[in-house]
Formats: sequence, structure tokens, C-alpha cells
Amino acid sequence: MPENLGGNSSIVLRRVTNDDGTFRLVLAGSYTLAALGQRVQTLSTDLVAYATDPELRWDLTGIEQLDDAGAVLLWRAWGSRRPTHLVLRPEHERLFDRMKEAPSAPAPTPRGLLWPITILGKAVFLLWEHSTGLLILIGQVLLDAKYLISHPARIPWREISANLYRTGAQALGITALVGFLIGVVLSFLSSRQLQTFGADIFIINILGISIIRELGPMLAAILVAGRSGSSMTAQLGVMRVTEELDALTVMGIPHSLRLVLPKIMALGIAMPLVVLWTSAVALVGGMVVAEIQLGLSYQFFLNKLPDVVPVANLWLALGKGAVCGMVIALISCHFGLRIKSNTESLGEGTTNSVVTAITVVIIIDAIFAIVFSNVGLK
Amino acid sequence: MTNEECIIEVEGLHTRFGSHVVHEDINLCVRPGEVLVLVGGSGSGKTALMRQMLGLEMPAQGEVRIFGEPLYGHDRKKLQYMRNRCGVLFQKGALFSALSVYDNIALPMRELRTLDEGLIRDLVMLKLKMVDIEPKHASKMPAELSGGMVKRIALARAMALDPELLFLDEPTAGLDPELSEGFVKLIQTMRTELTLTIVMATHDLDTLVALSDRVAVLAEQHIVALGSLREVVGTSHPFVANFFRGERGKKALGNTGDVL
Repeated sequence: MPENLGGNSSIVLRRVTNDDGTFRLVLAGSYTLAALGQRVQTLSTDLVAYATDPELRWDLTGIEQLDDAGAVLLWRAWGSRRPTHLVLRPEHERLFDRMKEAPSAPAPTPRGLLWPITILGKAVFLLWEHSTGLLILIGQVLLDAKYLISHPARIPWREISANLYRTGAQALGITALVGFLIGVVLSFLSSRQLQTFGADIFIINILGISIIRELGPMLAAILVAGRSGSSMTAQLGVMRVTEELDALTVMGIPHSLRLVLPKIMALGIAMPLVVLWTSAVALVGGMVVAEIQLGLSYQFFLNKLPDVVPVANLWLALGKGAVCGMVIALISCHFGLRIKSNTESLGEGTTNSVVTAITVVIIIDAIFAIVFSNVGLK
Repeated sequence: MTNEECIIEVEGLHTRFGSHVVHEDINLCVRPGEVLVLVGGSGSGKTALMRQMLGLEMPAQGEVRIFGEPLYGHDRKKLQYMRNRCGVLFQKGALFSALSVYDNIALPMRELRTLDEGLIRDLVMLKLKMVDIEPKHASKMPAELSGGMVKRIALARAMALDPELLFLDEPTAGLDPELSEGFVKLIQTMRTELTLTIVMATHDLDTLVALSDRVAVLAEQHIVALGSLREVVGTSHPFVANFFRGERGKKALGNTGDVL
């Protein structure tokens, strides 16, 4: 009385009655993962149901193809031991032998009760690690700078110039676009407000002070932090992953001198220039809108600007740019050198670097605002 | 005009990188159940040929058919089915660095969406046992592992779905001699249990001698020799002479004592 359960011809599971009245379960065909496909669940349930009868004779000799998945399926149905009556092909014997030896999966380690404290502690240690690491890097760079002053021939001019080009010249496009649009928006919104008071002329004060003193440097710094900061971190990180940093070390070329210092110097020089450029373009944007909205001529705007914005503001902006540039490069390099040689760490390091650089740039801005609160303002 | 006998069929394949010609009119048939070893000097395009067989790169000209059909232009389900029948061991392992060892091997099984977690757990532990990795390493991340372990775990992942067709790119590079011997034994036992077709690119003569059914020698943009090891060694191409009859070659071939 055969009952065929296999809808798929390649898998056969059939119960037959022997001559002596006992039952025999015949398995035949391909018991492989590819052949099982969607039938795994139903087959598994059927096998478990059959396995409840300890006297059942399992005949596996018909199985042509048996892979690990098929073997595990049977083994689980049997409750992790061989059934009493089992015939199978000799070449499949090994599969089940291996199953016997297979270790069980290790239990996941439970989270301790003190986990909030552990997490907090780890965060504190991480902060400490970063602070000391950054301090060591600054110290190293200062020592390198001192060395270079006494050995000017060893100044890495090529690296500095390459970095100047990458972080400065190539950033001009994006900073101009963003600066121009911010200038336009700021001018547009302010001019509408000023018109209601009849104080049109003050648009020059608002644009001049806000862009030159605050927005220009900040926009430039944030854009550069995102653009150059991430690329510096990723560059150092990839060099770690590909063991290029180690290659430099064994050649006796210090990382700080050849990789970190040129970046800091280049960004220290490039940033004030980028700040100047961003502010100028933003002012142009504002000027254009002022002309359209309020009818202020370009000539008048440019003549009036030096009168209402003390030149100290410009120096302040350039100083802010130089400091932000060097700090961005320092932070990016610090995070870049911390990256471990795997891709996971690379992504994480780059994200952390950019977030930290932008945060620190804003903190620096706040410090400048407080320290120079009575400079450049009438 | 699909040849039924071939599990992989390469027909009139040309590869060019810019103006650099790597392959010129390559024709190759991989028969079911055999181990075909691709050998050739650096830059001879072993890896490029293998990548084209995997559908990772499109040949400039010609066609590659796997299981009698090209690896593109199918609907998603069909393509997935064809992909599931192939396992690949990449040269550097290519383990997913965001996943633990266990999850790396479990990933292809979970993607099937037919197996329950219990079954997957047993299967993963079985695969780990197969490549001789202790269960305590299952929860580690790939970054914490040595090169040899990465390779073995990558093999376990390649074998996760018990594929019919296995691609091995430099499988024994970076393994110590004992491990590569164990690796060779592993492949041999797998072949007794399953009808497994293997395409392998290797420089390792010991592996080649121990495993190969047929050898294809790539040089000067062509397959200059194709056949059993004995036949290939018998050909007169200078690369073959260098590769097999140099000091290293003699030693490896001498170990088996049957070829020359």
C-alpha cells in the first residue's frame, strides 16, 4: 500500500508494507537543498511524524544525492540519533558520522546586570583615549615642525602643495555655490523685513557683518570639514587597511611628518582663502538681490560696505578660518590613524571624524564669539 | 546550440581592458563532476576568466553559459536559482566584515527563506566542523581572525548551500602546507559525497596535482593547452615547460610519481 508523498519527482518518501507485515519507509531521489526547495517544511513535518514510530525501518538506499542539508533534516527528525532500523548507502555513512561529531552552537553570553555602568565606563575611557591620542598627535606634529625649522630641506613641499590643491582649489566650486545661495536667501529675507520699517539701507550692515564675520567662515569650515575631513580620514584609513602605513613605517618615514603635518599646514593655509572666497561670493549673491528687491546699486553697496563693517571682522574671519582648518585636519588625521584594518572600522571612523570635526568647528566659533565679543562691532 | 555535456560553456570569448587584450577567442567546456584547474602567469587573465564565468564582468565579445544558459536576461527567480547552485571562494575570502562568522555562513541559508533557524544552526555548525573551525570562533568577527581561518570560513560559506558548481580563486594561497593539504583532502571527500564540479585558479602545484582532472593553461591570450595533467605536461609550449618542468614543478609532479 504505497502512499507517495512526493509531489516533486526527485524526492520520494513512501511507506511500504513488508512481506512480514512490518512497515518500511523508502526514501529515494535527491535529498539536496536545491531539490528540497519550498518543500523543506512539509517534508520535515512528515519525517518527524514517521520518526515517532521506533520500529519503523528506514530505507535510504534509494537516495542518489544527499547533501548536508538533507542529512541534517533527517538527523533532526530522528532526534539527533540514528534510528534502530536503518539501511543506507555506504557513501552516505560519513555524513551521519559527521553529524554525530558536530558540536552544538555556543550559547550567547547573557548581558550582565551592570551593563549601563559598563557602557558609561567604556564611553569615558574612549573619551580619555581620544583626548590623549589627540594630545600626543599635536605634540608629535609640533616636534616635527620644530625639526623642520632646523632642517628646512626636509619640508614636504610636494605633499603640502598636493593637499592645498585638493582641499583648497577643488573646494572652490561647492563653497561658491553654497555661499551664493545663502547670500541670496539672507538678502531676500532681510530686505523684506527692512522694507516694512523703511530701513532699506541697513541691508548692507546686516549682510556685511553676518557674512564676513560669521556665515562665510562657518559655511566654509563646515563644507571643508565634510569634504576634505572625510577624504583625509578615509585616505589614512585605506592606507591602514592596505598596510601602506606600515610600509611607510618600515621605510623610516614617520606618518606625522609626511602625512599629518602637510595636511594641517595645507588646510591652515587653504581655509582662510576659502573663507575669503565664500564670503565674497555670498556678498555678491546678497548684493544682486539687494539691487533687485531694494534698488540699491552695486556701486553704492560696495562704497558703503567698508564704512559699516570694520576691517577687524575680516581679520577675525581669516583667523577663525586658519584655526578651523588646522583643527579639521588634525581631527581627521587622528581618526584616520585610529582606523583598524577592516572595512567596518573604516566606515565608522570616517563618520565619527566628520561629526567630531563639524562639532568642534562650531565650538571654536562659539569660543571666538565670546573671546572677541568687543572686537569689530560698533 | 547548447552543448548538453557542459556545465559551463565559454564560446569565442574576448576580454579587453581598454586597448589591452587579455583573452582572444577562448573556447572552453567544463564537464559536470570534474575539477578544472586554470593555470597561467600573473596577468594571464585567470581571475578575469573566472569573473566572467560568474557574471561579474561582461566579456567584450563571446558568451558564457552556465547550466546551458547565459547568466543574464533571466527573471529574478531563475537567476537566483542559478546563483544558488554556484558557490565561490574569493581569493581574500570576502567575508562580510559587519557580520560574525556564524552569520556569514548563515546568510545564504537565511536568504532562501525556507529553512528554520534550528536547521540553519545545525547546518552552520556542521559546515564549521567540516572546515575544522572550533565552535567558539562562531561569534567572532572576521577582523579578529587569521588569514587561514578567513579562508576556511569563506569556504564554509561557499559550501553553505551545497552547490553543484564551486569556483575557487587561489584557494590555498596564504595557507600553510598542512592547512592546504587538509584543504585538498576536504575537497576530495566532498567530491565523494556530492557530484561537485570545481573550477579553480591556482599557482599551487601540489593542489593542482592532487585535485585536477583537467588543466587549462592560459598564456598569450589563448588557452595553449587543455587536457589531463599528463597531456598538458606533454605539450611543448614554453610557459608549460617553465611552469611544470621547473624545479618546483618537478618536485610536485615527482611526489605523485605517476605523471612523468
